[in-house]
Amino acid sequence: MKRREFMKQVSIVAAGTILPMSVIEVAFADNPDGTKSGENFTFAVISDAHLQQIKGAKFVRNWDMGLKRAVAECNLMNPKPDFVLFGGDLAQLGKAAEIDHGAEILSALRSPVKMMMGEHDYYLDLGEHWMKRFGEPHYSFDHKGTHIVVLNSILVDEAWINKWKTPMERMQTMAGLDDPNGSPFMVGLAQREWLKKDLENIPKDTPIIVFSHSPLQKIYKGWNFWTDDAELVQDILKPFDKVNVIYAHVHQIQYNKIGNIAFNSVMSTAWPWPYPETYKKAKSYLPKLTVHMNRADPFFERDATGWQMIDVHSGRVDLHFLLPHNENRIVAYNEKTQQPEDVKYQTEQIPPQKHY
Amino acid sequence: MKKMTMYLYSLIFIAGAVHADEFTQQDLKLWKVEYESVVHKGRKVFIDPKLGTNTVTCNECHPNATNTHPETYPKFQKQLGKVATMAEMINWCIANPLEGKKMALDDPRMIALIAYITEERRGVTLEPGKH
Ligand code: HEC
Ligand SMILES: [Fe+2]
Repeated sequence: MKRREFMKQVSIVAAGTILPMSVIEVAFADNPDGTKSGENFTFAVISDAHLQQIKGAKFVRNWDMGLKRAVAECNLMNPKPDFVLFGGDLAQLGKAAEIDHGAEILSALRSPVKMMMGEHDYYLDLGEHWMKRFGEPHYSFDHKGTHIVVLNSILVDEAWINKWKTPMERMQTMAGLDDPNGSPFMVGLAQREWLKKDLENIPKDTPIIVFSHSPLQKIYKGWNFWTDDAELVQDILKPFDKVNVIYAHVHQIQYNKIGNIAFNSVMSTAWPWPYPETYKKAKSYLPKLTVHMNRADPFFERDATGWQMIDVHSGRVDLHFLLPHNENRIVAYNEKTQQPEDVKYQTEQIPPQKHY
Repeated sequence: MKKMTMYLYSLIFIAGAVHADEFTQQDLKLWKVEYESVVHKGRKVFIDPKLGTNTVTCNECHPNATNTHPETYPKFQKQLGKVATMAEMINWCIANPLEGKKMALDDPRMIALIAYITEERRGVTLEPGKH
């Protein structure tokens, strides 16, 4: 699909509905000799639904609505995304009921679905029910010339896992983003070894997309906008020409570039989070490149939540953020500056929201 | 200048000796302990799944009480159509995201919430009326 057509599709959907998700397009430029190195394609990311059981079959309405809208909007995309990645935190407290409820809502998607693990899915039963439903939490696959890796980046060390009286106490501690008794996430040695092996025979000019729930860079430890072994994972990815890391967990737009690695975050369908630097008592390191989102208006439930369509081209990704009650944003890879940039707001700050 | 300061100190010292209500170490400790216990209680309310009816907690959306802007109150809250105090906006968040019952403005839990939220914002310039 041509870029222009794609954009038209996106704006039609955005005008007709108020939904949060992210669409990502990966596109390939022609080689100098006229051949194509790979096909352009589009996929969607829906993430951080945080479905929260109240009691029995009763779930928090607001979070349910966010995920259902993203699924409905995503199904309206034409052409359909090649696949939809769910970015983790399907559940709020890791309960089987929450994971099953989420699986049911996601089953309405008309594109193949790939799953990633979030900490809210894991720390009750250490991922047992999630894995029963969705399989291994780390894997890789090839799609139209791009090598795609899904990591489970929310692991912590054994000592922390074993120090709680009950699994629910452990889960609740990890679920509190600002709980000082949490623990920093990591990919861990075993998975890093797996990743090295997985990439061993991949030619260095193959575009790579790595999905991780937590940022594979260090932004703010207090809220786990952080992966403890981020540099070690980056080292494994360094030899490749074009690496794109897409992460969830942060419920806000962030982007960055470190060496050959472009970083993009995706939105949550449930609720927005403030940028860590708005917490004045601690230092944080949001990449300078990121143009902040506007403050959310709580009187519009879906404000500052969203999802994304992503196009892949020349082995780089452009994220189209579908943001209800907010102007949609596009963070695209700028071939000239060799970094992800907001196509509209990179040089001027976003004016305050009109409805606020 | 130094002389002046010395003079002032001695004045204060004398005044202190004359009046019985000077602040003692015990006073300071009491204020601190009382204040901190209410801040602590406020944090507990802030993360209490039973505050509303749907198990949602304040810190799900406001980690470390961010985006609550206590320093901007009272201010014109366009959505409420009037100048409001932070307590009224807290009540709005209790009634809506938490689907709970609004509290009396002098409810000890409300006071505790305000104490916790304001403490997390310590050091930020007071700017009433600002969004
Ligand atoms: C669903 C998410 C959500 C939950 C849960 C929530 N809030 Fe809010 N609240 C918001 C958003 C979004 C704003 C707007 C933030 C801004 O102005 O930047 C807000 C605004 C506020 C404000 C006013 C900030 C301003 O400057 O206008 C206060 C005070 C507040 N919340 C307190 C609370 C308290 C206390 C609780 C728990 C009883 C709570 N909130 C629960 C989302 C939430
Ligand atoms: Fe998360």
